[in-house]
Amino acid sequence: MNDTETSLVSVRGLRFGYGSRLIYDGVDVDIRRGRITAIMGPSGTGKTTLLRLIGGQWRPNAGTVRFDGEDVHKQSRAGLYRMRRRMGMLFQHGALLTDLTVFENVAYPLREHTRLADALIRDIVLMKLEAVGLRGAAELYPEELSGGMARRVALARAIALDPDMVMYDEPFTGQDPISMGVLMRLIRSLNQSLGITSIVVSHDVGEVLSIADYAYIVHGGKVLDHGTPDAIRGSSSELVRQFLEGRHDGPIAFHYKTARTFEEDLMGETA
Amino acid sequence: MTGVWLVLSSFLAGLGRAQFFLASIVAAIPAALGRPRLVVQQLYSVGVLSLIIIVLSGSFVGMVLALQLYRTLIRFGAEESLGSLIALVIVRELGPVVTALLFAGRAGSALAAEIGLMRATDQLSAMEMMAVDPVRRVIAPRFLAGVIAMPLLAGIFSVMAIGVAGGHAIGVELLGVDAGSYWSQIRAGVEIDDIRQSFVKAVVFGATVSWIAVYQGYHAVPTSEGVSRATTSTVVVSSLSILALDFVLTAFMFR
Repeated sequence: MNDTETSLVSVRGLRFGYGSRLIYDGVDVDIRRGRITAIMGPSGTGKTTLLRLIGGQWRPNAGTVRFDGEDVHKQSRAGLYRMRRRMGMLFQHGALLTDLTVFENVAYPLREHTRLADALIRDIVLMKLEAVGLRGAAELYPEELSGGMARRVALARAIALDPDMVMYDEPFTGQDPISMGVLMRLIRSLNQSLGITSIVVSHDVGEVLSIADYAYIVHGGKVLDHGTPDAIRGSSSELVRQFLEGRHDGPIAFHYKTARTFEEDLMGETA
Repeated sequence: MTGVWLVLSSFLAGLGRAQFFLASIVAAIPAALGRPRLVVQQLYSVGVLSLIIIVLSGSFVGMVLALQLYRTLIRFGAEESLGSLIALVIVRELGPVVTALLFAGRAGSALAAEIGLMRATDQLSAMEMMAVDPVRRVIAPRFLAGVIAMPLLAGIFSVMAIGVAGGHAIGVELLGVDAGSYWSQIRAGVEIDDIRQSFVKAVVFGATVSWIAVYQGYHAVPTSEGVSRATTSTVVVSSLSILALDFVLTAFMFR
């Protein structure tokens, strides 16, 4: 397989952990150009961690992450920053700069990385805000926005520099059905109209599978299954089935594991 | 024994990290100077917003000093020396030290909380992902503003304590020390070297408080408890450092 032609990001043999806790134990992931790839898995499996590893914010213990053929973790600081200008990232809660207006937040990467005239920056910002439907909110401050609006502003900011790729960290969490629908349509349309490669990290199974071209399911430090949404839906793995159907008990136990039984805990010695 | 060693080694490790952090701040200062607007904004929030507390404290410290010193001086018929005594105490010690303690409480804690919250709400990560170095854009301007603001605030504190509403108001207006001898004693008693030492202390304290505040905020655990701990330790560590450094600096400059 010719990696760099079809994949914008390729992760090979990734191992990562904090202290003694291993988050990833040999993971391979390919993010295909111009497609929407979903990374799904139960909470606490380190989906966000994967984005931070791809963005070069954290270093893996072993394995490589290549972005457009170049190893993300072998870059100089300047090289890494050059790379990041081609990646947009939508943080879970937007992470807007609270001392700037919506307009200035979207203008921020343009002011930092380009020498465009103010009039041109204004036009670009208004176009990006129009794309997310928030041109009218340009003069508001982040604290005046609802959670869904903040995420849309953050999305406008993430695409301000016309990146090759946008990483969405849990874009649907805590959204009402309407904002969820708005965000889904935005992710899809940005992907189609601008050809932006997209990585969507989420555990909202139905929503993500409906917009994704390809999906990975991670659990316990491994890739459990991957394939097209249809293939995933038809997966025979018990774990995948439990995750997709949201069953409370199965291979992933409802009860957090403990060495003692319930009876022992109840009937045992009391202090 | 291992417990002591653990505490000591983690303390030294923290000190080392803080020094690396300071080095990266200093390296980012030229970039911060390239954006003077960011520094001016911070000068406003650490400097101008600290003015009221500095002016009030300076006045009260001067007033108390005048009352206390006058009682002793009058026994020797030396109340004419009130001016020079107040001026020397304020310029050499209380001006920079009290200002720095207040600065740590007012501006240092605010800096640590602000940066800690930026960490907790992913704003610093977002900047990094936008290929913007937060040390250049957030940390260095705040550090620089602290270093610039401290000596100015200490100067204002000293002026308030010696003249205007402080020592002058009590000594001259209330207790009846002759205004002419109050001021001429100050001119005769305070040397330019005293002012230079006061300035050096203020700059060192300003750098120390700002360094501790931005370090604590930047490395805060990204939870509400972590931010609160960063704020508290900024004030505690800054206050202790100021008092310890004051002794060291005084001992070095003492002749």
